[in-house]
Amino acid sequence: MFDFKNKLFRYFLQAVNYSIFMWLIWFLSTSPSYRQLADDEAVLTISFAHAGEIREPCHKRTQKELMKLSPNMRAPMDCTRERSPIIIEVLLDGAPMYTHTAEAPGLFKDSGVDIYHSVKVSAGRHNLAIKMDDSVLKEGFNHSFNQDIDINPAQILLIGFEFGQGFVIK
Amino acid sequence: MRENPVLINPIKRAYLALESWFNMSFGTEWNPMYHLGTLTFFLFWIILVTGLYLFGIFHGSIDGAYDSVEYITHEQWYIAGVMRSLHRYASDAAIITILLHLFKEFAAGRYHGFRWFSWVSGLPILWLVVTLGITGYWLVWDELAQYVAIGSARLLDSLPIFSSSMTSNFLQGQMTDRFFILIEFLHLLGQPLILFFLLWLHVKRLSNVDINPPRGLAIGTLLALLVLSFIKPAVSHGPADLSSMPTVLQLDWFYLNAYPLMDYWSEGKTWILATLITVILMLLPWIPPKKDGPAAVVDLAHCNGCELCFDDCPFEAISVQARTDGAKYEKEVVVDPALCASCGICMGSCPSSNPFRQANEELKTGIDLPDLPVDKVRTMTKEAVLAMTGSANILMVGCDHGFNVNQLDNNETKGVKLRCSGMIPPTLVEYALKNGADGVMVVGCRHNDCFYRFGNLWVEKRFSGERKPILRGRADRRRIKVFGGAETDKTSIEKELKVFRNELLVINEQIAPSDQVDGKELSDV
Ligand code: HEM
Ligand code: SF4
Ligand code: SF4
Repeated sequence: MFDFKNKLFRYFLQAVNYSIFMWLIWFLSTSPSYRQLADDEAVLTISFAHAGEIREPCHKRTQKELMKLSPNMRAPMDCTRERSPIIIEVLLDGAPMYTHTAEAPGLFKDSGVDIYHSVKVSAGRHNLAIKMDDSVLKEGFNHSFNQDIDINPAQILLIGFEFGQGFVIK
Repeated sequence: MRENPVLINPIKRAYLALESWFNMSFGTEWNPMYHLGTLTFFLFWIILVTGLYLFGIFHGSIDGAYDSVEYITHEQWYIAGVMRSLHRYASDAAIITILLHLFKEFAAGRYHGFRWFSWVSGLPILWLVVTLGITGYWLVWDELAQYVAIGSARLLDSLPIFSSSMTSNFLQGQMTDRFFILIEFLHLLGQPLILFFLLWLHVKRLSNVDINPPRGLAIGTLLALLVLSFIKPAVSHGPADLSSMPTVLQLDWFYLNAYPLMDYWSEGKTWILATLITVILMLLPWIPPKKDGPAAVVDLAHCNGCELCFDDCPFEAISVQARTDGAKYEKEVVVDPALCASCGICMGSCPSSNPFRQANEELKTGIDLPDLPVDKVRTMTKEAVLAMTGSANILMVGCDHGFNVNQLDNNETKGVKLRCSGMIPPTLVEYALKNGADGVMVVGCRHNDCFYRFGNLWVEKRFSGERKPILRGRADRRRIKVFGGAETDKTSIEKELKVFRNELLVINEQIAPSDQVDGKELSDV
């Protein structure tokens, strides 16, 4: 039904279509490129898991209290499981960078908290101050960190919290 | 049952224009818009074969992965490198074909009513394919993989599923290894298996499903991807390093577009958007609800168990079972109303749908549509034929989904609109000619694009004798024409009609007047 010229024209149109198809894949498979960070930027990440302290101190049950309990429940010490919320404040070069209060999760508010916060900063030297309050029993912030840090372009500087050591640069 | 004209028309018009462009370039047999599902299957085969090859060289550990991909890309660029590029580009192409497939089914109104199942089962496939791409990029363990890994961890962390923060664990270098193995398992086995299951489910309610595109289209697609693989081989970024953040990334926007959105917005908003899109797409078949006509009904008194309707039903709604009415035939057919699209194609297949039978009483057939039975079709046909008074009278038989044939009604052209052109028993054409029509033109949907999948194709094959019930030898082929067209194809249909009428005028002149009278005499049959 189609003469040669017509058929040739068709192949030409097909070539056009395939070219559009190829171009679309060519382009979108890598472009436009995506810039996450400027050349002189770096990332400061505070990330750790930590459980707040138990809200109330254990208390020794009196004889009267013990008698109220069924015989199999008569433990001499009464310890609640609820933990304190974690309050964290981060200052970068004196300016507030991150403030967060995390209630202990879980049905009985007895689980640990995951803190994750990540910001872009300019590379170079910064002063980093972190304060954390993880106990309602102790007055004020009971953990702190204050240090000048050097951070290279594109570096992810990770600040963690280790039991016994406090805040650490990883 | 018409589409909502306000909502559908501009979209459908756009789609029909695109389809016309492809018909012009590829012809109706190779038109990629008619083979988007099969094209996607073909791309999956390419992905599978190239993936298996790559799997043979790939080192599935976090320490060996990057180097092995570098080896694939640079040392063995002529085979493995090409395989890698093909693997990537075929995956990208699959997103294009899937999205076009989705667009086409929506634009053509093929997503609601009885099609809800195909639509709803298609959507999870789209998401699964996207996650398959994501795990694929993860396995390279380069800077892009790192970006994907951290981004995915953040996305998952924002959901209240996991108790400990995956992001923290990643950054501290824990879990990265174990997770890598998990991702590998998912990409190589888990996700592909689910994919094949979902694909099987997706086409379960369709009969005669072809999963291979026409050869010309397959070769063209493969060639295009091969050429692309040579001129722009797929490469990795620098190796992953969790202590620094890659500054500039060459993202694959087909698969990884959610991550920059998350950087720009937040994890939560990204989830909300994705959920919203999914829910809206999922509910689309019911906004507004669409009711199909009543299901086809079998009348065993007129069924001989020939199974022709069973062969022709496009939606697996008919099954064959042992005879239950004590008649001398071995088999009978049953319709599952839940699957029936009410297309009427089965009525056109049934040898009992012969309008020359039961001339003076109600015409009954083996399988029929309650709201548009064969008897009514016969009456409509006869009335239309007898109403024409021209010198070359053409009966146009059309359907509810293609061009509206009644648009061209005049004294020498009359349209009869059926639900699908596949409803036409070949004997109906003979009947129209015997009753005085000079020609019959069947105008279903565009060739290869029947709303009910196969209606217009079966008609063509019945007329050409390739498919039962066939058009008998005594019918004058010169007086019969099949020409498909969409709502927007009025001009070309009018042109075709004019050509046809001129042909008929010539034929009429060749025939002695007495013969013509003979033809009209039979109008009382
Ligand atoms: C990997 C992805 C997919 C593949 C390989 C695929 C493949 C197919 C195939 C082979 C058919 C049968 C076509 C026929 O024989 O007439 C089909 C039908 C269909 N697909 Fe998909 N599909 C995919 C995804 C989707 C998606 C994402 C949607 C939309 C949400 C969708 C909606 C439909 C609909 C509504 C039909 C019914 C068409 C009909 O009844 O004629 N599919 N698909
Ligand atoms: S009307 Fe259509 S879908 Fe229903 S049984 Fe007949 S051919 Fe199948
Ligand atoms: S085509 Fe007609 S006669 Fe044949 S099995 Fe179907 S209903 Fe029965």
